[in-house]
Amino acid sequence: MLIVPELILLGAALVLFFVSLADNNHRIAQGVAVITVLALMVASVAALGRSGEIFAASYRVDLFSQVFKVLISFGLMIVVLFGLRLKGIAVDIRAEYYIFLFLASLGLMMVVSSVELLTLFVALELSSFALYLLVPMRTDSGGLRGQMEAAAKYLLFGVMVTGIMLYGMSYVFGLAGSTYLADIVPRLHGIGADPAVIVAIAMILCAFCFKLGMFPFHFWLPDVYQGAANETTAFIATVPKLAAVALLLRGVVMFSPDAENIGYVLGILAVCSMFYGNLLALVQKDIKRMLGFSGIAHAGYVMLGILIMKESGYAASMFYITGYLVMNLAAFMVICAVSKEGENPEITDFIGLHQRAPVLAITLSCSMFALAGVPPFVGFMGKFFLLADTLTSGYLVLVILAAINTAISLYYYLSVVRVAYTADPEGRAGVSVGLVPQIIGIGLVLVIIAMGVMPQRVLDIAAQVVSRVV
Amino acid sequence: MDFLSQYHGFPFLSVIIFLPLIGALVQMFIREDNLARIWALLVTVVVAALSIPMYLGFDLNSSKYQFGEHHAWIPALNINYTVGIDGISLLLILMTTLIMPLCVLGSWRYIKKRVTAFMVCLLIMETSMIGVFCALDFVLFYILWEAMLIPMYLLIAIWGGPRRNYASIKFFLYTLAGSVLLLVAIIALYFKTGSFSIPAMMGRDYSPVFQMWVFLAFFLAFAIKVPMFPFHTWLPAAHVEAPTAGSVILASILLKMGTYGFLRFCLPITPLATVHFMPYILWLSVAGILYGGFTALAQHDMKKLIAYSSVGHMGFVTLGIFVLNPRGIEGALLQMVNHGVTTGALFFCVGMIYERTHSREIRDATGIGKLMPWYVTFLAFSPCHRWPSPAPIPLSASF
Repeated sequence: MLIVPELILLGAALVLFFVSLADNNHRIAQGVAVITVLALMVASVAALGRSGEIFAASYRVDLFSQVFKVLISFGLMIVVLFGLRLKGIAVDIRAEYYIFLFLASLGLMMVVSSVELLTLFVALELSSFALYLLVPMRTDSGGLRGQMEAAAKYLLFGVMVTGIMLYGMSYVFGLAGSTYLADIVPRLHGIGADPAVIVAIAMILCAFCFKLGMFPFHFWLPDVYQGAANETTAFIATVPKLAAVALLLRGVVMFSPDAENIGYVLGILAVCSMFYGNLLALVQKDIKRMLGFSGIAHAGYVMLGILIMKESGYAASMFYITGYLVMNLAAFMVICAVSKEGENPEITDFIGLHQRAPVLAITLSCSMFALAGVPPFVGFMGKFFLLADTLTSGYLVLVILAAINTAISLYYYLSVVRVAYTADPEGRAGVSVGLVPQIIGIGLVLVIIAMGVMPQRVLDIAAQVVSRVV
Repeated sequence: MDFLSQYHGFPFLSVIIFLPLIGALVQMFIREDNLARIWALLVTVVVAALSIPMYLGFDLNSSKYQFGEHHAWIPALNINYTVGIDGISLLLILMTTLIMPLCVLGSWRYIKKRVTAFMVCLLIMETSMIGVFCALDFVLFYILWEAMLIPMYLLIAIWGGPRRNYASIKFFLYTLAGSVLLLVAIIALYFKTGSFSIPAMMGRDYSPVFQMWVFLAFFLAFAIKVPMFPFHTWLPAAHVEAPTAGSVILASILLKMGTYGFLRFCLPITPLATVHFMPYILWLSVAGILYGGFTALAQHDMKKLIAYSSVGHMGFVTLGIFVLNPRGIEGALLQMVNHGVTTGALFFCVGMIYERTHSREIRDATGIGKLMPWYVTFLAFSPCHRWPSPAPIPLSASF
């Protein structure tokens, strides 16, 4: 009974497979999807306290994995519920769409539980290939086949990075003589400064950074955000990032504390990510593309907590990525609702949103202010914890550069709030929003504020969680 | 907690901080315009009424922070909800609570679109402004200090004049850019002291180099807020475009936060650096006084004129603070309050003229004394008070 959430996802994917054989199946598929995500949420919360090891100790269920599974289920549930209309996906492939969405989530859940390199690799590939397939499922609008281009880029970069990671894993196996993380950690201990170890670790980290969208592994990210359907982007922008952070935590723990060089490299990459993401986001007109670049910048922030290789830093990163999940879900909920036919909204499409859909306008502005890191929202608290931990570890320059980036990023987030709140609609039609998205929106806003004002509880949980991985 | 005299009676400070916020939450559900106005007036008047017994109950002979409240907030990083006031805060809080009902009244008729949202912004502003003046925990201070940017931005950006987009973004970017390094300085101080408590950071012997860096970070944040001479360019833009109540809040209260910051943080936390940088800051203050004064002379737009004169007047305040003797600081404090009251009054006056004539040109207001004699009496009366006087005023001994 350790893996009920995973079994639910697998079962749902199988059921949907049979549903997809029938004609005119999209209503049934939708029903199955809704029941699945609700059941999944319940199951993963119920499974919080479980712990144990299965499959020859390669798959570990502990607090670390279970909390990440709850977050993954939460993200998946919100994405499915606010994207019920699936405007960008053709009616006849919706059952298939849900199959791959669930398989991707299943893969991500397996990633956070894997403690053996080959299991990890299989789980990672399961999630990646499902994601590669989700991207081109978008209805072709305008005949430009942008979704195909995005999928091709995603796939090519993805498999290349996976190859590099496998190569790195083979080095680790050669050095440590085992593929179990529990064996690798003590055996690599003490030889962390060995060039072979550094090369191996760097190659493995490539894949993790790719998942997170760190510079210089970010090239796929803006194109995929732009090319994929809005609902797909909402998923890709949030849930896989969680698993990426879990991976990075496991990865960094493998060779800390005697890998200072890696810390420096990650620091440089983090700064590059922030500047690159924020500066390029300044000039974007397509809001999804803008959020793509902002995601690169946020990957840089998250990395701050990881690279200091301290438990408090890991907890701060975990807090930040949880906050990032909520903020981004709120932003994408509004994007999905504002887009009429499933097209990409431009920033100008949000003009006068405060009159056309007040709840959406509030949700959007709160998420933008939160992403910009303005108090009292969760984005500020997350950044504050990250900066505090990074500075107390002695990385003053990194902290100053990160702080400067907060000021840069404010401009583009603010420009979205500005059009939503200060301009009149000028004849733009109202946005019809169902009750469910409105409730989700208000709920997400409340979470964003609550985590910003009373972060202690979440931070405690994060600290407990990361203490298990160390 | 020897610096804080805990107050076990009615929690005045928490109530006046959070009452406007609760009022704003209730306000969001009010759809009717007049009801929204009356509700906002009610809340601000109650807050003002509550602040008066606090003023009367203030013990002038104590050097501690009074009406103190202390609750754990984020124990993981030793962050607490600590509030308390001394003489400086008391005057500024009183000024804030008394000006806010006037701001509601002053925008009674002039704000016609989205009244509810306007009043919500005003009330949230009030919460964060009062909170800034009594926060004794640096994280609490910083959160309120930054959070205030959002409602102020919205006030300018939604209800502002024709160039409101430019002015509001400039305001937000300038002030936020100034305060991000403040955050770094706060964390650095935490690193040294292990606490975010402001009084605990005071009077430690940090190394001179450390003090200088911290001072510079403080200085950037506060100098932009004041605004001191080379950092002042956001002010005329924001003043001119903001609605009347926004201009009043900006001039009367927001600018005081910068000088309050100098008094509360720069002087006690980084004394060596303050002495080291004193001459430069005095020169900047003098430059601001002259520049503000001369530029004001050449303005046709009344709001711009007041904005530049504010730069000059705030120059006097920083001058008073950084001569670093009690008399200068008392003068600066008095000037802060004076400037707050009189500039607020002037902006109300200009707002009245603008609503009636739709022009802020001085030429267009020629002969207005014949039409509105009482009004002009007030208008003439306001600037008369705007001279710095070094009169000593009762202050707490913590000074």
